[in-house]
Amino acid sequence: MAAVQDGQLNLEVEKDIKTEITNDGSGNINANSSSPGSTSSGGKSKSPAGSGEDQQTLLAVLQFLKRNKLTESVDILRREAGLSADADDSPVSESAGAGSGGVPSVGADGGDANSLLSRVSIATPVAPPDCGLDSHGGLATPIYFHSSNNCACTVVAASGGEDQPDVNVVLSAYSQQGDPVLYPLYYNGLKKFIESVLDCHRAELSQVFYPLFVHMYLELVYNNHENEAKQFFEKFSGDQECYYEEDLRILSSMSKKEHMKGNETMLDFRTSKFVLRISRDSYQLLKRHLQERQNNQIWNIIQEHLYIDIFDGMPRSKSQIDAMSGSLAGEGKRDANKAKVFYGLLKEPEIEVPLDDEDEEAENEEGKPKKKKPKKDSMGSKSKKQDPNAPQQTRIPLPELKDSDKLDKIMNMKEATKKIRLGPDNLPSICFYSFLNAYQGLTAVDFTDDSSLIAGGFADSTVRVWSVTPKKLRRVKSAADLSNIDKESDDVLERIMDEKTASESKILYGHSGPVYGISFSPDRNYLLSSSEDGTVRLWSLQTFTCLVGYKGHNYPVWDTQFSPYGYYFISGGHDRVARLWATDHYQPLRMFAGHLADITCTLFHPNSNYVATGSADRTIRLWDVLTGNCVRILTGHKGPIHSLAFSPNGKFMASGATDGRVLLWDAFDDVELDDFTAATGHIHLPENSQELLLGTYMTKSTPVIHLHFTRRNLLLAAGAYNP
Amino acid sequence: ISNHEVFIYAILRSPSIHEFPERRPKQCTVVLPTESMKAMAESIGVGQLQEESCAALSEEVSYRIKEIAQDALKFMHHGKRRKLTTSDIDHALKLKNVEPLYGFQSQEFIPFRFASGGGRELHFYEEKEVDLSDIINTPLPRVPLDVSLKAHWLSIEGVQPAIPENPPPAPKEQQKAESTEPLKVVKPGQEEEGSIQKGQGAISAEAKGKKEGLMRMKPRSTHELSVEQQLYYKEITEACVGSCEAKRAEALQSIATDPGLYQMLPRFSTFISEGVRVNVVQNNLALLIYLMRMVKALMDNPTLYLEKYLHELIPAVVTCIVSKQLCLRPDVDNHWALRDFAARLMAQSCKTFSTTTNNIQSRITKTFTKSWLDEKTQWTTRYGCIAGLSELGPDVIKTLILPRLTVEGARIKAVSEGPVVSNIDKIGADHVQSLLLKHCASVIAKTRPLPDNMEQYRADYGYLGPTLCSHVVKARAQAALQAQQVNRTTLTITQPRPTLTVSQSGIGGSGGSRSPSIIKVPSSLTLMSTRPGTPTQPSPPATKYIVMATSAGASSTQQVLDGSLVITLSSSSGSSVTSTVASATSTLQPLVKLESRAASGLGGSRPLQKYIVVSLPTSASSSLESKSGMLPPSSSSTSPISLEAGMKMDHTGCVPNGTLLPI
Repeated sequence: MAAVQDGQLNLEVEKDIKTEITNDGSGNINANSSSPGSTSSGGKSKSPAGSGEDQQTLLAVLQFLKRNKLTESVDILRREAGLSADADDSPVSESAGAGSGGVPSVGADGGDANSLLSRVSIATPVAPPDCGLDSHGGLATPIYFHSSNNCACTVVAASGGEDQPDVNVVLSAYSQQGDPVLYPLYYNGLKKFIESVLDCHRAELSQVFYPLFVHMYLELVYNNHENEAKQFFEKFSGDQECYYEEDLRILSSMSKKEHMKGNETMLDFRTSKFVLRISRDSYQLLKRHLQERQNNQIWNIIQEHLYIDIFDGMPRSKSQIDAMSGSLAGEGKRDANKAKVFYGLLKEPEIEVPLDDEDEEAENEEGKPKKKKPKKDSMGSKSKKQDPNAPQQTRIPLPELKDSDKLDKIMNMKEATKKIRLGPDNLPSICFYSFLNAYQGLTAVDFTDDSSLIAGGFADSTVRVWSVTPKKLRRVKSAADLSNIDKESDDVLERIMDEKTASESKILYGHSGPVYGISFSPDRNYLLSSSEDGTVRLWSLQTFTCLVGYKGHNYPVWDTQFSPYGYYFISGGHDRVARLWATDHYQPLRMFAGHLADITCTLFHPNSNYVATGSADRTIRLWDVLTGNCVRILTGHKGPIHSLAFSPNGKFMASGATDGRVLLWDAFDDVELDDFTAATGHIHLPENSQELLLGTYMTKSTPVIHLHFTRRNLLLAAGAYNP
Repeated sequence: ISNHEVFIYAILRSPSIHEFPERRPKQCTVVLPTESMKAMAESIGVGQLQEESCAALSEEVSYRIKEIAQDALKFMHHGKRRKLTTSDIDHALKLKNVEPLYGFQSQEFIPFRFASGGGRELHFYEEKEVDLSDIINTPLPRVPLDVSLKAHWLSIEGVQPAIPENPPPAPKEQQKAESTEPLKVVKPGQEEEGSIQKGQGAISAEAKGKKEGLMRMKPRSTHELSVEQQLYYKEITEACVGSCEAKRAEALQSIATDPGLYQMLPRFSTFISEGVRVNVVQNNLALLIYLMRMVKALMDNPTLYLEKYLHELIPAVVTCIVSKQLCLRPDVDNHWALRDFAARLMAQSCKTFSTTTNNIQSRITKTFTKSWLDEKTQWTTRYGCIAGLSELGPDVIKTLILPRLTVEGARIKAVSEGPVVSNIDKIGADHVQSLLLKHCASVIAKTRPLPDNMEQYRADYGYLGPTLCSHVVKARAQAALQAQQVNRTTLTITQPRPTLTVSQSGIGGSGGSRSPSIIKVPSSLTLMSTRPGTPTQPSPPATKYIVMATSAGASSTQQVLDGSLVITLSSSSGSSVTSTVASATSTLQPLVKLESRAASGLGGSRPLQKYIVVSLPTSASSSLESKSGMLPPSSSSTSPISLEAGMKMDHTGCVPNGTLLPI
């Protein structure tokens, strides 16, 4: 009975640690550890496999006590267990040498170890023998964990100051370790349990599989159990959802602890908690099961690495979960999507241009035939009513409208009156621009809003601009020539152009790597391009020279885009940070950090107050330009997101990813109240979305890279012919 | 560890590793063999490497390579490509702050060589020593064309126009499926349905199939032509038979390349069939030639599958081969060239469309043989039959023509040496003689053992023996000359180019062969496309094309070739340097196009005639030939429609008296 008392003593110690380490799970652990204590008197049988474990447990306890200067307890325990001093010292030193967190090795058996096992076994509590897990998951396990955890922290913190201290600290969380052989059993046990629960809970609880699997695998790898890790992977990787395949491939290539250091993907998995949404009922079910089965290994992972977002309400169905899952770090947290988004459009500025002037200037500027049409006041009346969802006009400072901008707006309105109404019975005409002889080198395309210019970014680092109207591209004259011009003349804007340079296309040289993103400014005076060389360049379309090279991304910049109001632009790339720039600042105004993998596409909201970024971590984030906060995390895609688009009214967003799906989002209204089970964020279409497909138009051998609706609703498409 | 890493990166930068990221590992657990480590270590000067360190290294290297490959994939995706290139890997290395590997800027693939020996297998990058003078003397490769922008309508109010820039509305495969297996018509939109049907249980499949067959006996197809199509049809047919040669060339070009003609095919085939019927009666040689050129153009169109319309086209073509009279003045007009041309068309359609169900080839062969054997057959028809047969290939010549040389010789002798019956007969006999000599000589030269004894030939082949003998000697001499030229005209192109255009002036020779066989590819050499089938295959240096061409000399009387040939080798893979969209063909097999400018004497006054002969690989067709020769006439046709078509074919057999029987 003295041994049992010792056990209780240990329990108290453990409680203390528990309260320190865990926050909300401590109560559970206590309840958990006390219940087997009560059953221990009944259970006398002891499986031989567990004896080694118990011995280690004891050694670990001793070690912990020693470390905490509880020498008295050490002596008592040692006396009771009949353990000699050298028996516990040797494994400890060995493990310390290994540097893996001061964990006694499994196979250590001293000369008298066997004899003392029989005595210890009486003292240790024994779980019901029906389950394989239970014989190992005894009372002592939690102590064992936490003691070793503590050690690990100290050891690694001491030794990890070489090159990447933070990485080591991050990874060291994996140093807590159970018997590697038991991992499959733990996992299998949970699997059996989840398969046996009620159908309504099964889908929700199945979400736990993937993060658990990954963390258990990483733990095994971290603790140098290479073979066990491989076996574990082979056994259970097939069970995971198919959309995790890409991650699993990366995972499987990591079989050594050294690999983990440099691997950013897994580092992310480690540092950011995997977010799951589970209904309270399902969660209780899981918790109860793990406590009953003493499955602390798994419970620990759930505590440490998972963020379980518990909600009250009906458990979600499989399809509901599938609609949201798939991202690298689980779903977005509920409170992350709470912020209000002002998705309405800004009020159109009142344009007070006298009729005659406007037409005259329009003629001068655009060379278009004069149209003596009485100007309608429709646009004024339309914009008088303030959209309740719109942000304040001055929420972010926007550039003032220049005269040319106003003219352009007027042109836009005129064009809009000729807009063709499209519908299922009235499909758009598509004009396709093929880039010939591009040798597979076309990487990005953009059209100007008025569809007069096309720009292409190429793998050979060049940017080319074409004029698709009869109006040729001309350069402004050199400074010397400009000084000779009569600045008072009416057609000064024409005179500054150098007729000799007129051509249909111009090439812009300056990048030193493939150009991946390209964007025209709304006023057609500037062009942005982002490249593999880590820079974003601003080009003038008046002089056809580079004006600024924005340096900040040190890695490839995958995409860039101008704000619909000009002046601001956004860029995002391999460094996982999206940057908001203003054209007259060489440093970014905002940095949006949070994505766990490359930012593959960036997009401004039509009201310029928000920025959407799509990432290879399979999430879309919406950022507030004013505050720099992330206001939405949209999950549901199963592959890297490669294209984004806002609806012209700013209310909806569409996204396309390599999973071959296009999702339509209606996530900016505050729809997600308590009962968010009804709303998945994106509009859930019926299974057969074929009905929505209005037409398929094949190209011969030309991948489509860019699409653009003109102001009159003609669809322009572009791609490189690829024979 | 740091030492290790330095070493690993050193290995990564050794060229031999570079091949591996190119191939995407199917299994995640693939690890490089330790032998590779040893080989790589040796290549950078580390002599002895322990087995354990090899194993450790190979694991580490495998992991690093996978990492780099994963990064490289990112660049591939952002480059909007489906093929990983060396530059992607360079960029991925740059991400890891490793210096990229220079010198692997190949567009298509890296020409690694494979070698084994001494129990070791190696992949290595072959760097040949190149003689500087060779480089200087090689003509410069063409400058790649600049990027240009071209606009076309992909869709007009939801309807895709059938223009060359757009893919054909009904792909050839679908047309083929429709005509050969009419019950399994799968329209693009109905694919899912089809697959579902396939998945049905086997028990009900048969009953269901029958039911389906009844219901879909006549697959619906629209035969209404839009206004534009009607206009097009009118313009094209007028141009084809009109008097303006330039317009005709344009029209034929349009027929041969336009992808949207599928719906107009029935009209065209009826037009040709009716046209032949009328013009044979009127002996209008010029129009018959124009119509045959239309057939040729239709057959050349890569987007059309003519099987459904053969019952109209074949009788027309055969009529042009064997008709008794094709022109008003048989003694002056060169109707022989028309027969030759039509015979070649016939041979081509046999090769393309003959199957075990329709048995076109054997039936055509029978038709020709039957009328040839007839004693009363005229010389013109006789000529046509022989031309038709001999175009079908050397096997047919060997089995059907050679045995009859003696008989035919006697007949020719009777005309040429006997009492003068008529001038026409004499000309006919002359033509038949030269035709026989030309075709038989080349076959005999290949098959007969060497001593060419004049007397022996006379004994074997009768009257024609001696002349044949001299022709055979010439043919052999020419073959020897060609063999020599293989060594001389080796053309090395330093930069692999998907499209290669070689212009070579013809070398004079006798036996003016106009058949596709004038391009001879020696069996030991392979003309390969720039992309090998599998990367693991040891690839011979792809940069070398050996093209050997001998052109027909202007020796034969009927055909005058001006001796200039343009040979275009185009491979289906890779990026074409040509700028026109329409020029890309989607054929799978390498296509050898022979454009020969032949100044034909047809019709006397017409200018240069230009036509294109496409020679297809002969292996498939020769096997078909032998098959169709042995098999009985089709009795086991599977589908009612093709059976029906077959019966039609029988009905519309050609009689050699110059008119077509109505269907």
